[in-house]
Amino acid sequence: MSQAPTREVARRVFAREFNDASHTFKESDDERAPVYLLLPTGERANRVFLVGTLTEKEDVGEDDEYWRGRIVDPTGTFFVYAGQYQPDAASTLRDLEPPAYVAVVGKPRTYETDDGSVNVSVRPESITAVDSATRDRWVVEAAQRTLERAAAFEDESNEYARMAREEYDLSVDDYQGMALAALEGLDETDELGADTDAGLDAQAEH
Amino acid sequence: MTDLHTHAEDIVAQFSDHLDLTVDEVEERLDNLVNEYRVPVDEARRSVVNSYLDEADLEREALGGGGNASVGLGELDQDEQWLDVTAKVVELWEPRSDSVAQVGLLGDETGTTKFVAFETSDLPELAEGKVYRLENLVTDEYQGNFSVKLNRTTTITEVDEDIEVGDDAETVEGALVDIQSGSGLIKRCPEDDCTRVLQNGRCSEHGDVDGEFDLRIKGVLDDGEAVHEVIFDRESTEALTGTTLEEAKDMAMDALDTTVVADEMRTGTLGRYYRVSGPQFGRYVLVDEFERLDDPVDAEAALIEARSI
Repeated sequence: MSQAPTREVARRVFAREFNDASHTFKESDDERAPVYLLLPTGERANRVFLVGTLTEKEDVGEDDEYWRGRIVDPTGTFFVYAGQYQPDAASTLRDLEPPAYVAVVGKPRTYETDDGSVNVSVRPESITAVDSATRDRWVVEAAQRTLERAAAFEDESNEYARMAREEYDLSVDDYQGMALAALEGLDETDELGADTDAGLDAQAEH
Repeated sequence: MTDLHTHAEDIVAQFSDHLDLTVDEVEERLDNLVNEYRVPVDEARRSVVNSYLDEADLEREALGGGGNASVGLGELDQDEQWLDVTAKVVELWEPRSDSVAQVGLLGDETGTTKFVAFETSDLPELAEGKVYRLENLVTDEYQGNFSVKLNRTTTITEVDEDIEVGDDAETVEGALVDIQSGSGLIKRCPEDDCTRVLQNGRCSEHGDVDGEFDLRIKGVLDDGEAVHEVIFDRESTEALTGTTLEEAKDMAMDALDTTVVADEMRTGTLGRYYRVSGPQFGRYVLVDEFERLDDPVDAEAALIEARSI
């Protein structure tokens, strides 16, 4: 309908699946065509939205500031890098005191290490401090989306599932189990009482 | 040709209780109009139907459905479709052009749509709040938005009934993943009927002007499956951010920079989940109502649902 290129949707993916991904591809030869990270559950991701706990931050830049943040979800750790070309995200990382709940919108980035393995990180478009309710909502959403992808993995028309089968040797069942475990974890925290989050909230919302 | 054949069959069926027509003769008349006289199919069909109505001495309503579509105003999805509707004049607006006699909003049970009546059509005036039977309207599409045009052949009959006008508001939800440029404290062109947002103090229509401050947010809600572009006007922006226009002006004054306002808004709203509703206008949902989705999640319910996926 519109002539403007459509905006890429922000996928919901847990850290473990995100870090397991390594294959990137384009869908056209155009130099500026979007680059997609192939998720092991059979979906393409040009953008992700994640919410987790910022546990550490460090300026790893040499001359210029280059901030690395570790953001933890129920399944693992996202690495987020923000430098001079992401000034807003970099200044947010500079100002935040871990631990804090943060929401990140960003693009997947891959790089190959010396030993040939591929590391995946997030180049943030925005980082904001949020509360525990937002974090919990994200966990539920990420679990649902993961389970939906896993459920559609065997569909014949699912071209990204086909691609995932070719590119990866990973079991979709594992991600199903991981998503359910993340929800079970939330359910248990519910029973313990949400008060323990209060300290974090106060900080995150400063 | 098969297209005309289908129309011919429809017409024969419409008149089956009144006239003994054959598909061939109807198709021939349609074919004559369409292929000899270059009349658009819809118009040709109208004309053929009208002549049979005369022949059978019938009113259009007697056919139940007639030659025109009866589509709800909130459900229009075709350009240049001929319609008959019973609708309420929800609002009348000030025409911006001398060629326009009346412009406003018509509503029925399914929703609302813009209507235009032109001076040249020389039609009786519609009154706000009244309900009319309008026959022979034609739809118009502009950038994905549909409206209806009244024309010389439109018949207008006031109806003594009230219509509960439907709400065709869109409701979308998701995480607010972006606040786009052109958000925050903006300036609008002060010229009459021009509310364009100024770029560096310039209006694209009126050039350098002394703009008037306003607040708005052009945002993107994303649920992981689809993105929805939404616009918060001043009122809803104030409610969303807790910052009034006056406060925003003070902030900008202190910083000698208007962009601090949008930055502050981003800090306070990005990454949170919202549900908004309002009319769809082109790519955008114009936010009438919104709520922040910050209730504690029901993990147990989510788990039960998840196990069923």
